[in-house]
Amino acid sequence: MSALILTWAVNIAQVALAIAMGLAAYRMLVGPRAQDRVLGLDTLYVNSTLLLLTFGIRTASTVYFEAALIIGVVGFVATVALAKFIMRGEVIE
Amino acid sequence: MSRVLPYPLLSASLLVMWLLLNRFSLGHLVLGAVIALFAAQGLAALHPAKPRLRRWDLIPKLIGIVLYDIIRSNVAVSRIILQGKRRERRSGFITIPLDLRDNTGLAILAVIITSTPGTAWLDYNTSNGSLLIHVFDLVDESEWVELIKNRYEYLLMEIFE
Amino acid sequence: MSHAVDLPLWIALIVAFFLLLGAGLALTGSIGLARLNSFYDRIHAPTLGSSWGLAGVVMASMIFFTALELRLVVHEIIVGIFITVTTPVTLMLLGRATLYRDRSEGNENAPESDILEDANDIGR
Repeated sequence: MSALILTWAVNIAQVALAIAMGLAAYRMLVGPRAQDRVLGLDTLYVNSTLLLLTFGIRTASTVYFEAALIIGVVGFVATVALAKFIMRGEVIE
Repeated sequence: MSRVLPYPLLSASLLVMWLLLNRFSLGHLVLGAVIALFAAQGLAALHPAKPRLRRWDLIPKLIGIVLYDIIRSNVAVSRIILQGKRRERRSGFITIPLDLRDNTGLAILAVIITSTPGTAWLDYNTSNGSLLIHVFDLVDESEWVELIKNRYEYLLMEIFE
Repeated sequence: MSHAVDLPLWIALIVAFFLLLGAGLALTGSIGLARLNSFYDRIHAPTLGSSWGLAGVVMASMIFFTALELRLVVHEIIVGIFITVTTPVTLMLLGRATLYRDRSEGNENAPESDILEDANDIGR
């Protein structure tokens, strides 16, 4: 019984997170401006961190947790660099 | 004490993080302690400004208030998003004159305001201390000014100044 | 999920609740991101996923592994703390960059740096 509940909960959560990633990717592709794309990327990596944590629950393995941590770190650095670039790189030439 | 352990809080949290990432054992305790000590020495070489905490006892109260407000605004913002355009919503910018000057306090206020859904920190003017935030669901402007000044800034000033 | 067969029912229910709460909030935030009209509105949407959306999934994971391995497993909280601390920084930087761009391009919907009356009607 508890395995059934957990299977369904993980399935629904993973579908919801996948849709969320798709919506963030949509915002990243559509824009309209550079800051919208960066915001979409930021949301995309937070959602993928959550998705990896649910994969950890599904497989009962803690390897996914480390992958989630790495995605979090890399995504943070990338977004900060892109935000700096928006501020300095395009506006002041 | 201060030569060996310049930043006790940083060293302690690094040690805790090391023990959480690896399983607890005596070897990891020693290794983590060594790493925490070296990291604190490295930070000391940069001479960052040291925050002074005056009221430790108010920190749990601040954390409780912030967690409660984040839950409340999570509910409010997700309700607005899911309702769509059925209700007229006004969002806008607010300027708040801040009395808080301590850098650490301002940094914590920025994190609180931005991580709460519904408010976003945009700009802070260091010369006159005025803060520009964007509010998602702006009903009454003075209510937001009161909220931030009385609820967060007052506590942060008690803690840091 | 054969490894979850031996879990007590109430733990499975709690884990499922937190998991669905977190995923639902993250989905809501992304819907808002895709749907809202102006950038300054959109910047509020991802905080749903990174505040309690994240906290829900992290709590579900912590409870699940603690019950599964019969020892306290709290290392997921590092992911939680890390993302909670870093997301405001990126959003703040993005907000400031946008404000700077809007001001330097003279866009209508950005508030002036010191003229702050009538600033509420713009930015919709």
